Amino acid sequence: MVHIKRLQEDGADIIAIVGEIDASSSIELDLAIAKSVGEGYKKILVDCQALEYISSAGLGVFMSYIEELRDKNISFVLFGMKERVLNTFSILGLADLLNIRENKQEAKKLADELSV
Amino acid sequence: MSYQYNTGCSLNNLKGVREFIRRSLDGQQVSDLELGAIVLALDEMCSNLMIHAHHCNPDHFIALNIHIPVKGQFIFEIIDDGSMFDINQFQEPKLDNLVHEKRKGGLGIRLVKSIMDKIEYVHEGGKNVCRLTKTI
Repeated sequence: MVHIKRLQEDGADIIAIVGEIDASSSIELDLAIAKSVGEGYKKILVDCQALEYISSAGLGVFMSYIEELRDKNISFVLFGMKERVLNTFSILGLADLLNIRENKQEAKKLADELSV
Repeated sequence: MSYQYNTGCSLNNLKGVREFIRRSLDGQQVSDLELGAIVLALDEMCSNLMIHAHHCNPDHFIALNIHIPVKGQFIFEIIDDGSMFDINQFQEPKLDNLVHEKRKGGLGIRLVKSIMDKIEYVHEGGKNVCRLTKTI
């Protein structure tokens, strides 16, 4: 069960994930990112502070957007992951393919630097 | 010590699978990170089986057994009677290919192989048994 909220701050779209993402709920993450990209945001931050669990279905969603985000020059930064969630990204080596920061302030800073 | 859990092949039941594993391993002195990885690997195996062998039919059932013969040694068995879905037969996709092809699947197998020590399949009493072992 997952709840996904979106809010806008300083020109960035922030996607906040609350709960667990598995094979039954990854579609909701997919739709939220698709909407954000479709609405033309150039800075997208993913708030993972309340993300309790993610399986490969959720990781796959992030992976599938990497090229599109690069092609469209969209700064995409995840932040606030719990250690066990970050571990899932690390096992696969995804922590090197995605921009991950500890907190929102650092994530915003990186998104600003990337969008210059 | 042994624990058993039966569930229908709806992806909505994965949360129950994860809770069963966490409950069963509670008190086994498994660190939060190791427990998280074990839960993840079994979630991946069960969701693969539900999707590929049972087409998410909630009337089809799988059983998950957990045996802890000695402290720190864990044997997980996933038992079903669908078509066998042997992940050892699947080549793990390269990350670069997944990114380039914008594929959402294929990461689960890589995760399970990274986390578990051994993955084997046997056919016992007319059922498929996928046995995963992990020593901590």
